[in-house]
Amino acid sequence: MLTIANSAQDAVAEIHDGATVLIGGFGNAGQPMELIDALLACGATDLTVVNNNAGQADAGLALLIKERRVKKIICSFPRQSDSWHFDAAYRAGEIELELVPQGNLAERIRAAGAGIGGFFTPTGYGTMLAEGKETRTIDGRGYVYETPIHADFALIKALKSDKTGNLVYRKTARNFGPIMAAAAKHTIVQVSEIVETGGLDPEVVVTPGIYVDTVVKIEPHAPAATEHEVNQ
Amino acid sequence: MSEKLTKDELAQLVARDIAPGSFVNLGIGQPTLVSNYLTAEQDVTLHTENGMLGMGPEAQGDEIDEDLINAGKIPVTELPGASYFHHADSFAMMRGGHLDVCVLGAFQVSAGGDLANWHTGAPDAIPAVGGAMDLATGAKDVYVMMSLFTKDGKSKLVPECTYPVTGVNCVTRVYTNEAVFLITADGVRVRETFGTTMEELQSKMDVKLLPAE
Repeated sequence: MLTIANSAQDAVAEIHDGATVLIGGFGNAGQPMELIDALLACGATDLTVVNNNAGQADAGLALLIKERRVKKIICSFPRQSDSWHFDAAYRAGEIELELVPQGNLAERIRAAGAGIGGFFTPTGYGTMLAEGKETRTIDGRGYVYETPIHADFALIKALKSDKTGNLVYRKTARNFGPIMAAAAKHTIVQVSEIVETGGLDPEVVVTPGIYVDTVVKIEPHAPAATEHEVNQ
Repeated sequence: MSEKLTKDELAQLVARDIAPGSFVNLGIGQPTLVSNYLTAEQDVTLHTENGMLGMGPEAQGDEIDEDLINAGKIPVTELPGASYFHHADSFAMMRGGHLDVCVLGAFQVSAGGDLANWHTGAPDAIPAVGGAMDLATGAKDVYVMMSLFTKDGKSKLVPECTYPVTGVNCVTRVYTNEAVFLITADGVRVRETFGTTMEELQSKMDVKLLPAE
């Protein structure tokens, strides 16, 4: 049964120390900023975080890393021009990094939600990132065995939810949302709008409500003030 | 041709070689230039691995939307016929062999088609792989675009990669400012040269070069 939380703070209240948390988003697109801010405020620590990146600039996941609340990150692309908080934590030996090719990261998350015990993929075969992993030759091609990534919680951002938790997304902000929703035991979603059940066309629902536990409405950011408005 | 190619001329050449109706992923950096030379008649559909087919040009001014970005996190636009999908579908599309061509940059390519483009191997470097390994193994054809020689004159097309590899036996063509190379079962064939000759290239490269068929 879906819980509609009154605030981001209430939505993340159950996240405990040592939890594994999937966080949606690719760069800032689809990153559930307000849920991450609430996670920062709730104090949970020793987290294992799964995200494509390791935070940008001074917001969201980057701040969680800055405050040393993340003991391990599983991601594909930590090093960016504005990933200074990750860079500092990594160089200080204060965060563990598991680097995963992006498609393997997505498929490992998908596998968890789909009840798959792992899979053989050609991606990464013969590279440093396959060292120590089981391999197999199938029809003359090399494959690497990859395991599912299960999680306690997922924090994702969608455009709209209805009151049964069915979700629709917006453009490339969809990215990891649907697969993370399915892979976590408890999925928490921030949306711009909650509509009545029946208010979403079943043909366009992307994530069925069965995967969603908690939603919270977060007003979308006001568009940046135009020069004209600033002058006023 | 009598001159070495500029980056834009090279991008133009790659664009011309992409078959009409292809589904294509252009890697970050130099390969992105290829999109400037694809024609409407070619009807090429661009894929971006963060979940979109039918990607249009970079967004300008009011078009900028933080929910619509490419794999390099640059705001882009959508074209008629575009579609969105989640990350696992996006990479399944790639891994499943549905993309016709992927164009990537490289530090090195080996004579056997191994690609090195993700990590310099420097011990103090923070590693980041992104979608590089998926792109290398995913498309039916993997084209590399790069300068043929490093600043100190070493060939980047090598017998064996010395940088950590991104994928093995995956590159099918190498487009460089001095020549186009085809990676074949027989070895490396020189399709054409620019401002140089096959003999001159061979004198500066350890890879055995075969003439075009």
